[in-house]
Amino acid sequence: MNSALSIDRLEVAYDHFRALKGVSLDVAAGESFGLVGESGSGKSTLLRAVAGLAPVSGGTIIVNGEKLGDRRDKAFYREVQMVFQDPYGSLHPRQTVDRLLLEPLVIHGFKDIEPRIIRALDEVGLGSGFRFRYSHQLSGGQRQRVAIARALILEPSILLLDEPTSALDASVQAEVLNLLEQVRRDRRLTFVMVSHDLAVITHMCDRLMVMQDGEEVERLSAPDLSARRVTKDYTRNLLVASEGFRRTA
Amino acid sequence: MSTMLAVENLSVSFPTRTGMIEAVRGISFSLGRERLGIVGESGSGKSQTGRAIMGLTPPNALISADSLEFDGIDLLNAPPQLRRDLRGNRIAMILQDPKYSLNPVMSIGRQIVETLRTHGNVGKAEARDRALAMLEAVQIRDARRVYDLYPHEVSGGMGQRAMIAMMLIAGPELLIADEPTSALDVTVQLDILGILDRLVRERGMGLIFISHDLRLVSSFCDRVIVMYAGRIVEELPATELANAEHPYTRGLLNCMPEIGVGRHPLPVLDRRPEWAL
Repeated sequence: MNSALSIDRLEVAYDHFRALKGVSLDVAAGESFGLVGESGSGKSTLLRAVAGLAPVSGGTIIVNGEKLGDRRDKAFYREVQMVFQDPYGSLHPRQTVDRLLLEPLVIHGFKDIEPRIIRALDEVGLGSGFRFRYSHQLSGGQRQRVAIARALILEPSILLLDEPTSALDASVQAEVLNLLEQVRRDRRLTFVMVSHDLAVITHMCDRLMVMQDGEEVERLSAPDLSARRVTKDYTRNLLVASEGFRRTA
Repeated sequence: MSTMLAVENLSVSFPTRTGMIEAVRGISFSLGRERLGIVGESGSGKSQTGRAIMGLTPPNALISADSLEFDGIDLLNAPPQLRRDLRGNRIAMILQDPKYSLNPVMSIGRQIVETLRTHGNVGKAEARDRALAMLEAVQIRDARRVYDLYPHEVSGGMGQRAMIAMMLIAGPELLIADEPTSALDVTVQLDILGILDRLVRERGMGLIFISHDLRLVSSFCDRVIVMYAGRIVEELPATELANAEHPYTRGLLNCMPEIGVGRHPLPVLDRRPEWAL
């Protein structure tokens, strides 16, 4: 198996609080891997640690065969991009969509800027009419599309998705999930996706890991979860909870 | 069933530089001592409906209705003093995010006591005892400790419970819950719903549950109103949701991924202009 991302006994600590307690995982190239858990389970911290946004205090991260040091170089960010949860907070409020998409291209020294911006917007289904708008002129779903375009414009091979649809309406969520599946198919991307919604994760991912308190609870394949073949009570509770409210007499 | 709230042809609109924005366009419904769900996407007017009943519509908005009556009181023409008496006392509202809707510089206990003492002649010691009892009723285990904490010191689920305690302390007859669990984890979400459900049953409150999650609403409420572009497109008993007729309701139900059902790609809503007529 050719692994795109391989994490070994990763530890993250904020002062004395251990947010991640030795988590290991292996994601094959082209695979879609899900992380599920409640708030505070460390699932987002894991993504942020890979992206270089959380203080790693132990363990190793290997991306496409290369071990990551404390500092990420430019080449890393061409390979790995992240989409954040809150589309209202993750786009610069005083930059137009054009400017937002331009910046990564300039940083990485791309030459054919114009066609790339147009293509990126096309790919996420926005069209060039949105190019010179500010983020406050867009709806939540449109913003998330811009965030995806920004992540894809550098042609990464790995996309880290931190609850990409949890701030969106159900109908818009469906559109964004479909878009993500589409770009993954077209570009053979590797996804690592975080969500608290089991249904979204089973829909999007081949394999998943359930997390609690900074540790792995269990690892499942999507078919296992669909067939309710789970071994841990914690996962079972999550499954029950995702089915909606049940009245107890 | 006795009607507690009657809404007849309610409209809420906002004048803006580019013309009138009609957020709610002539909706009618009535509520008894039951759980009514209002479902719709962002911008469908569901929250503005709740706010209009509560009397929290911004002053620049225009409200009109043939009737907006709560227990025989004409809410639209009620003097501000009477509305203040009702608000928090007989009609209460739970807001979406405890992080933004609790007072950050007041301890949780003091905020609850404030509600109680505003609406009734209650002594300090008694108010404190009742606030503690209420915190326990919403299943906060260590009520004494939480009483003295500030909103930033508690988790989202705990903050939401504190807000529910604050809203229920005066014993309202009508509770409007505007996305009370959207900011919470699934497991905490069910706890909160369980608390609301028990209180509705035990106290005989009327509940309006506003949410964008049609499945959750249908599992919790007795009756569901589906709103689109400021209008009610369909009203049906929660158990009949599977037989919904309006394409919008069906679309909302269909577009959510389901465990064990692989549909790639997910069906998306094909919004038709005639729905908004």
